[in-house]
Amino acid sequence: MMGDARYWLREHRGTLAAFVAFVAMFALYAANHSAGLNANVAQTAANKGVVLAIVAMAQTLVVLTSGIDLSVGMVMVLANCLASHIAAGEAGVATVGVLGVLAVGAACGAINGMIVIFGRLQPIVTTIATGAVYYGVALALRPVPGGDVNAALADAATGQIAGMVPSSLLLLAALVVLVWWPFRRSVVGRAVYAIGSSEIAAYMSGMPIRRAKFVAYTLSGLLASVAGLFITFVTYSGEASVATGGTYTLYSIAAVVLGGVSLFGGSGSAVGAIFGALMFRTIGDLLFVFNVEPLWQPLFQGGVLMAAVCLGSLRLVRIRNRLELYG
Amino acid sequence: MTTDAGAANAPPSSRSARFEIQGVSKRYGGVRALEDADLTIQAGHIHAVLGENGAGKSTLIKIMAGVVAPDEGRMLLDGAPVVFASPSDAQAAGIACIFQELSLIPDLSVADNISISDPPRRFGLIDRRRQRDIAEDALARAGADNIHPSALVKDLSLSRRQVVEIAKALARKPRILILDEATSALTAADVTKIYRVLKRLRAEGLALVYISHRMHEIAELADECTVFRNGRSVASYTAGTKSDAEIVELMIGHELSAEFPARPVRAANAAPPRLEAAHLGWGDRLRDISFSVQPGEVVGLGGLDGQGQRELLLALFGVLRGAMGQISIDGKPAAIDSPGDAKSRAIGMALIPEDRKSEGLMLPMSVRDNLSFAALPSLSRFGVIDRAAEHEAVERIVRLLAIRTDGTYVPAGSLSGGNQQKLVIGKWLMVSPRILLLDDPTRGIDVGTKQEIYQLLRELAHNGAAILFYTTDIDELVGCCDRVLVMVEGTIRRELIGAQITEHALMSSALNLGTEVADAGAKVGLRS
Repeated sequence: MMGDARYWLREHRGTLAAFVAFVAMFALYAANHSAGLNANVAQTAANKGVVLAIVAMAQTLVVLTSGIDLSVGMVMVLANCLASHIAAGEAGVATVGVLGVLAVGAACGAINGMIVIFGRLQPIVTTIATGAVYYGVALALRPVPGGDVNAALADAATGQIAGMVPSSLLLLAALVVLVWWPFRRSVVGRAVYAIGSSEIAAYMSGMPIRRAKFVAYTLSGLLASVAGLFITFVTYSGEASVATGGTYTLYSIAAVVLGGVSLFGGSGSAVGAIFGALMFRTIGDLLFVFNVEPLWQPLFQGGVLMAAVCLGSLRLVRIRNRLELYG
Repeated sequence: MTTDAGAANAPPSSRSARFEIQGVSKRYGGVRALEDADLTIQAGHIHAVLGENGAGKSTLIKIMAGVVAPDEGRMLLDGAPVVFASPSDAQAAGIACIFQELSLIPDLSVADNISISDPPRRFGLIDRRRQRDIAEDALARAGADNIHPSALVKDLSLSRRQVVEIAKALARKPRILILDEATSALTAADVTKIYRVLKRLRAEGLALVYISHRMHEIAELADECTVFRNGRSVASYTAGTKSDAEIVELMIGHELSAEFPARPVRAANAAPPRLEAAHLGWGDRLRDISFSVQPGEVVGLGGLDGQGQRELLLALFGVLRGAMGQISIDGKPAAIDSPGDAKSRAIGMALIPEDRKSEGLMLPMSVRDNLSFAALPSLSRFGVIDRAAEHEAVERIVRLLAIRTDGTYVPAGSLSGGNQQKLVIGKWLMVSPRILLLDDPTRGIDVGTKQEIYQLLRELAHNGAAILFYTTDIDELVGCCDRVLVMVEGTIRRELIGAQITEHALMSSALNLGTEVADAGAKVGLRS
């Protein structure tokens, strides 16, 4: 049908913009890198970017419901500390350990969801509180940095496939294909978008509101624990670092915004958030290849974020009834 | 066939009813929304439901759609009792409802919205191709095959969205279709198409419930009509058996619910009007509006809900961007570009908003804080609030309005609805407005407080304020106003002065029936 492409573009423009911006920035980075774009450069960049990309996916799920999850970083840290205990040893034991870590992550998300749904508390407060609890558990598990992880698993997750493609990127692609796409095409996935867009209309249409919120928070916790596992694979250890948890939480929100996901909920895609995360990471790398003082990095990241937010709020210029500005 | 409230429990006629409502009542807090209401809907008929604002039509529909549960009474579907615990129960029973407030999800596509409650699935996931086929089919049935199924709902015009609502309802293959003011937002082109669609559905054996304020639509479409008044179903009759004047009489009834202060006799005034508007316009919501209000005058805004009255008040108050036309204060042109401008000393305008919870008050803050917000500039020196002056001013207003509150430090949210409304009014009295705009100020408050507010409006007018008063309560227009401007579709349809302000004249002008019906009404004696 004529015009199909136009509507497709309309729906995905945030994701596409993030994709284009990331490709441009990464091309600039690779072109100015002393070694050019080889497998090792790609592997290093991917391993740095993938953790934030996965946390940003986790954040997206909750933001789509017009909530926010300030515990994603802490769930990640908890998963990291837990994995440094139980994902070690021989292959069979470590595999069970990995599943255990994922289960704990999903449980953390499920607790957030239950409190938000049945306690009717605001997501922001709920997840600050539960995040503190999850961090406390992480600290109890790993009072000082240490631990171990199954080396074969770790190398498989962070290495290269066929000496070319970073396997972390394949992991990310697998998450998109196996978690995000089915979610997006499921009835609960659609309900998540509907809740974020207009919860009253979703209710009036008889949509499964509670189930959708529960799934969104649970998947968010699950994805955060995948990110925690990945950190363990990179560092071969666990560390209950409050700074890591906090930073990843805040950066995940930045990545979500850069990826074209509306903080009001209801529109955007986890794929966009992934590119937003990779873009955010590339800013640091770009400053590195151009020999800019590391001190400037936060300033540039902040600048890019502001620019993205400004583009997003251009529509407000068109509003004619000023009361709608505050609705 | 006419039945009045007493005889409405008569057994249904020989034809089998698709859906029946018997003796249904619903209260919200102390407010009676429906009282012993009856309705019988036949398959293959279009049943019109009529009544003025607040007659209980919306509550009736919400009950039929499973959105609210009735307190009393029962519903029969094909003769068997049914109970709806949620909107999905009603949908499962084959009832589809097109609400006045749209139920579409703005960020999803048209096709997503049409299949929202039960999307086609394959292997547990939504089958996008079949969903699209369903959408195309439903849009075609709604006479709107020119709407693209992939378009996002938020990008469509209001009229197109309403058509998508209808397509969404049809996609569920309903047996009973309820349309609540479904044509109010439609363009003329869409209305014609929808008429054709509705007539075809009737021929297919659907039962349709049609709520509209437009008498010509009802004349065109309806087979049967039921009139609601004050929450009761007062009459059912076959379409075409009653004149417009008789219908208006049934709708307004005669139960004056409140007493109003006497209208003073006003001397002819040579002074320039306090507020004068010339050729105001805003998009297609306000068109070429000109009027004036003298000091000491209470001018009412009448008409059905949503004819642009609210927008007119917002335009005067500087909230609407891009409003056209000229506003003059005391004969001098004034530029009002924000509520800040409007309340400035030179203009002295105040707006009492309809939605006191979000636009009028900060509920968690104290009575004192709420009262002094608008007046802070005059209560402070060098940016510091003069606590003594604030205290005195607040106490004066609390006494003047007889606001029943446990001290002035309690949160505004702890007061009753009526006293909260007095707070909103009091907040603006603190700045001694010269022009007072009121947006349905008595909605949802008790009769006693209403009386006090009427008294207060008169006093303010007596002291020289110009008052523009929008209300959805027809009695208030009759009882309170020196003049009434009746609005229809964004224009002033008719101006009624003094003794011309009768329920009949107001209702007939609001329904756009013309002056003949209004005047004929006086001669019809339908009351029992």
